[in-house]
Amino acid sequence: MAHFLTEKQDKLMQRARIIQRIRAFFIESGFLEVETPQRIPANAPETHIRPLASGDWQLQTSPELAMKRLLAAGYNNIFQISHCWRDAERGRKHLPEFTMLEWYRSHCDYTQLMSDCENLLRFLLPETELNYQGQRINLDQPFERLSVAEAFHRYTDTDPLSAIREDRFDELIAFSIEPRLGLTRPTLLYEYPAELASLARCKPGQPELAERFELYIAGLELANAFSELTDPKEQRLRFSMEMLKIPANNGRQTNLPEPFLSDLHRMPQAAGIALGVDRLVMLLTNSHSIDQVVAFTPEEL
Amino acid sequence: MYSCSDLKKGIKILIDGEPHVIVGFDFTKPGKGQSLYKCKLRNMVTGSLFDRTYRSGESFEPASLVESDMQFLYQDDSGYVFMDQKNYEQIVLTEDVLADDKYFLVDNMEVKVLMFGDRGIGLTLPIFVNLRVTVSDPWVKGDTAAGNNKPATVETGYNLQVPSFVDEGTLIQIDTRTGDYVTRVKE
Repeated sequence: MAHFLTEKQDKLMQRARIIQRIRAFFIESGFLEVETPQRIPANAPETHIRPLASGDWQLQTSPELAMKRLLAAGYNNIFQISHCWRDAERGRKHLPEFTMLEWYRSHCDYTQLMSDCENLLRFLLPETELNYQGQRINLDQPFERLSVAEAFHRYTDTDPLSAIREDRFDELIAFSIEPRLGLTRPTLLYEYPAELASLARCKPGQPELAERFELYIAGLELANAFSELTDPKEQRLRFSMEMLKIPANNGRQTNLPEPFLSDLHRMPQAAGIALGVDRLVMLLTNSHSIDQVVAFTPEEL
Repeated sequence: MYSCSDLKKGIKILIDGEPHVIVGFDFTKPGKGQSLYKCKLRNMVTGSLFDRTYRSGESFEPASLVESDMQFLYQDDSGYVFMDQKNYEQIVLTEDVLADDKYFLVDNMEVKVLMFGDRGIGLTLPIFVNLRVTVSDPWVKGDTAAGNNKPATVETGYNLQVPSFVDEGTLIQIDTRTGDYVTRVKE
């Protein structure tokens, strides 16, 4: 039997080309590539994301806070491809260390990022059709825009708020909704209940809804985007509420990312998005498992 | 105790006091949501299969199972009686637990019994067992539909296909993993 790294060689060569093309796309679109430290004093507290400790600090779960501080300092359009760590996430679509693409635009909202997703995918895949695990996905048409409320109406027996109350929201998303999204063309699932988006701006006039969307292709969750919350008071309150929800045994941190909070008032209206590069490579190389598109999984080290 | 991150295929856990083995496993975590651990479980006593989804924070008691060397003694109304080779204690396995394995038991056969506490819940047979053919009609020349095979029944009531040259009264070897004929046994 060939060595596992020999078997991966073709996919890893494709992966390298895809990452080069991602860079080319953003550079051609006028973005500045930035690098921010991956080892940081504090991540944004999130109920269901467990950071890995690194000494007294943490490894980043996302470069989000540092990138927003750049926006606050007047950097307009920025992108970064970096490694992120999330403890105890391992499965067909998950690695505890993975590669994230994040990009941020100032003076716009999340609808601009929807167009960015369409343009990026078309740039990476000039063919009009993508074949993933036998599923043919058309990239020529505009991506489907589906609100979370519509998705629950279409695929479940309940609505988003009742599902949250009954503590079924995640299960319904994971098992009833996700597998049906982006099957014939990519789906942008948008307008999440506000309590599920602690860094997102609420929809003007509809404070119960957050301007957040996720991109799905072939049932695979690829990206998560927000219109960014820019109100420091509101952000501090949401962080504090989020910290209360983190179980004490789940690496709950006690310190808030204060430098980010104190810079936030200078941040212009902006929108940002995080896209899982490994999953994008899975999709473009027709790979069933994330294990096939990275040189080493934790088990192979 | 196991936590959710210990769950994977082959892990045995207790649910409602019964041992279950994870036969299918999938980790998923919808955008910013909680970790979900979708397991396909098999009840090791009844064999029933079902799906269950766990969330991070739940914990599980490992099901401790031991394999004991035993000898098959006899079958009676209570079931199939085995004797532990170490302490000479006798246990009874029911027909439900044995399923098709019951066809491959011969007196004094040495087997491994999977024990959950003092209950026997499974059996590992030797790979080969010799059984005598009790019924098999002579092969009809020209009947090529079944190739050169014909049906036969052995002393335990088990039915299988044997080559045309195997007569009633012949001792044959059977592979207990597949239930297939292997060879004739010289006596």
